[in-house]
Amino acid sequence: MKKLILSTALATLMALPALAPVQAQEPKHGGNMVVTYKDDVATLDPAIGYDWQNWSMIKSVFDGLMDYEPGTTKLRPGLAESYEISEDGLTYTFKLRPGVKFHNGRELVADDVVYSINRVIKPATQSPGQGFFGMIEGFDDAAAGKADTVSGVSSPDKNTVVFKLSRPDATFLHIMALNFSFIVPKEAVEEAGADFGKKPVGTGAFKLTEWTLGQRLVFEKNADYWISGVPYLDSFTVEVGQEPVVALLRAQKGEVDVPGDGIPPAKFVEVMKDKAQADLVVEGGQLHTGYITMNVTQAPFDKVEVRRAVNMAINKDRIVQVINGRAVPANQPLPPSMPGYTKDYEGYKFDQAAAKKLLADAGYENGFDTELFVMNTDPNPRIAQAIQQDLKAIGINAQIKSLAQANVIEAGGAGTAPMIWSGGMAWIADFPDPANFYGPILGCSGAVEGGWNWSKYCNAELDKLAAEADSIVDPNKVDERLAKWSEIYMKVMEDAPWAPVFNEQRFTMKSARMGGDDALYVDPVSIPVNYDYVYIKE
Amino acid sequence: MAAYIVRRLIQSALILLGVSFITFVLLYVLPADPVRQIAGRSATAATVESIRQQLGLDQPFLVQYGNYLLNLIQGDFGRSYLQKTEVAQLIVSRLPATLLLLVAAIACELLIGLPLGIVAALNRGKMIDNGLMLTSFLTVSAPQFVVALLLLFVFAVKLGWFPIGGYGTFAHIVLPAVTLGILGSGWYSRIMRSSMVDVLRADFIRTARAKGLGRSKVILGHALPNAILPIIAMIGIDIGLFMSGIVVVESVFGWPGIGQLAWQAIQRVDIPIIMGVTLVSACGIVLGNLIADLISPLIDPRIKLR
Repeated sequence: MKKLILSTALATLMALPALAPVQAQEPKHGGNMVVTYKDDVATLDPAIGYDWQNWSMIKSVFDGLMDYEPGTTKLRPGLAESYEISEDGLTYTFKLRPGVKFHNGRELVADDVVYSINRVIKPATQSPGQGFFGMIEGFDDAAAGKADTVSGVSSPDKNTVVFKLSRPDATFLHIMALNFSFIVPKEAVEEAGADFGKKPVGTGAFKLTEWTLGQRLVFEKNADYWISGVPYLDSFTVEVGQEPVVALLRAQKGEVDVPGDGIPPAKFVEVMKDKAQADLVVEGGQLHTGYITMNVTQAPFDKVEVRRAVNMAINKDRIVQVINGRAVPANQPLPPSMPGYTKDYEGYKFDQAAAKKLLADAGYENGFDTELFVMNTDPNPRIAQAIQQDLKAIGINAQIKSLAQANVIEAGGAGTAPMIWSGGMAWIADFPDPANFYGPILGCSGAVEGGWNWSKYCNAELDKLAAEADSIVDPNKVDERLAKWSEIYMKVMEDAPWAPVFNEQRFTMKSARMGGDDALYVDPVSIPVNYDYVYIKE
Repeated sequence: MAAYIVRRLIQSALILLGVSFITFVLLYVLPADPVRQIAGRSATAATVESIRQQLGLDQPFLVQYGNYLLNLIQGDFGRSYLQKTEVAQLIVSRLPATLLLLVAAIACELLIGLPLGIVAALNRGKMIDNGLMLTSFLTVSAPQFVVALLLLFVFAVKLGWFPIGGYGTFAHIVLPAVTLGILGSGWYSRIMRSSMVDVLRADFIRTARAKGLGRSKVILGHALPNAILPIIAMIGIDIGLFMSGIVVVESVFGWPGIGQLAWQAIQRVDIPIIMGVTLVSACGIVLGNLIADLISPLIDPRIKLR
């Protein structure tokens, strides 16, 4: 079989637009960085951890076969030295980097990869990432507990891992860079049992040396890290239980290097008006879209005219003002920094007169009453009020249902919410690929009881197109694939199950002594900080 | 006495059983599915069901509750759904911080509340009495969150006398304890005042005065020991008030106690933690009341335990 050999250079071609060059000046070694968070770190088990707080810590303790260029969405090989993809796109062969050691001193071998992937898929692990591996041959049986292992992963020798897929999937290399694919040593997992998340052992740039529940975690440099010269910091300390307002006060006094929860909305204007403080804030795009879902299975949102009217009624600029300009208005599901974003699409123009006319065409000249579900933490209720006013202007009376996050998610999944403002629960991509914005939130697979497709929008034709797009694995046909994805999202906009509102920007505050390119502090895949590459200047 | 203690302990156990049942019911009917929180947004329906089965959440309510109690009797509070850590371990690691804050806060409440109550009683009906009682009314009704942030801003940020939140040294405990102390002192000053007013009217005080004892001797030697009794009982009740207050205060000051743990768990629908913290807090309240009841006869021999 003729094989497509992908070197690092080709991988780069296949990958996505870079954001910024990293490391403008010579990094310094040493020092301890202090980061704070409000909530306890839930777990550092890569098979379990799935919140943005532990996501980047796990990235620093573990590695996967694939990785990203720091501060960018560009794929690069990680623990894999090289890889090959068969022409039919169904077989991926990874060659492991020799001499990589776990924190316990043992050398990483191919069996560890097989073990780690099986562990995530195994039902007993209860991994929230299990669903990402559906393309691997034998997944269904293993996920259902009918087989102990997935048939599609094997290790013909100590340095080689072979994945066989049941369908070609262009996102597979991104999946291999996801935290859920990170490699863990079997003996350490078995020794720690259910506490592995508190006693993590990986191959990453840092190892966990202290975890005092409710107080702090200390990560120390892994001197044997396989990328020489990295990391730059000797250690970083994560202090938990710190309210964002308090963390900001401490940062202003120089006690904290990075307040991990960001600048509290109520303090944002004050901080940005003060030049000395504003200079310490780094702004970057995120792979995020905030949107209003409309349940297409219920009247009146079963009529496309009504959904389009809602799209035209929302004054997005004003909503961006409500959150002090911390976002840019959105006109389509994908955020601008995502490959496949349609640049020349103008979206639905803000035009309440035209919206009213559309409503009348749909038979609702007198408007109607509905409910808008929203998560009850600031600024979401305020945003919902702005949406409510806009809807009122075209005759739609939306009653706001402000609930705890879990309750909104429940109502969305159950399909009982006519409209939901997604803020606080909105989609931030798991990996930088347009496919990640479709399946669970716009595709038929998510439009089930309990699914995340809260519009319950299911267009079989688009599902087919999506499958076609993802079967294009040839790196030379990236543009063709992205064009297909762009087409899919344009069709979604025609059907208008969502009203996209804005794409949130990320603002990270860092102390004056912190060095490293700004992109590292708004790293799209390591939010909020890429701990491995930042350094202390003095 | 022994029979009384046994009876009270049995009553306490029944109260705790009731608390566990009501909490379990409330969490059961809550329109939020913990399995979805665990499974994440990429999970298939099959994954969700599999997790539900493993956690026993597909069982009928009474079976779930029965299993929980059975484990609880063996000292097993279960594992946190999201942190995957033993709930007992999470609570044990945070309990010392909460107990420390409890002692410090009650000390502050007494130090502020009792002198104010005594002064008010001695000046009954005068401006100073009215002023103090108005102050106590204000402190009782002040929102904890605001007082906590205000103290933090003035004494930690502006004046720099204390650290901005955290745990570890004596300096760390001052602001959270004073916050709770100010808020709770109002109760004590009011109770102290009314108790003192009653005692000052009593015959034995008049007798003491008639015998020519000095004012301070009458107040400190005779009136105070008799007036302090309701305060002892109040401390028992105060543990309950304290438990409701620590959620906010611990969160603002980054104090690693069980209040903060509860707050985080509530936001994430982490039911085993919510259950565990509720039961431990209820235990504290029940025990506090029991101890107050047991101490009362030691201070006042007129009280008999039946």
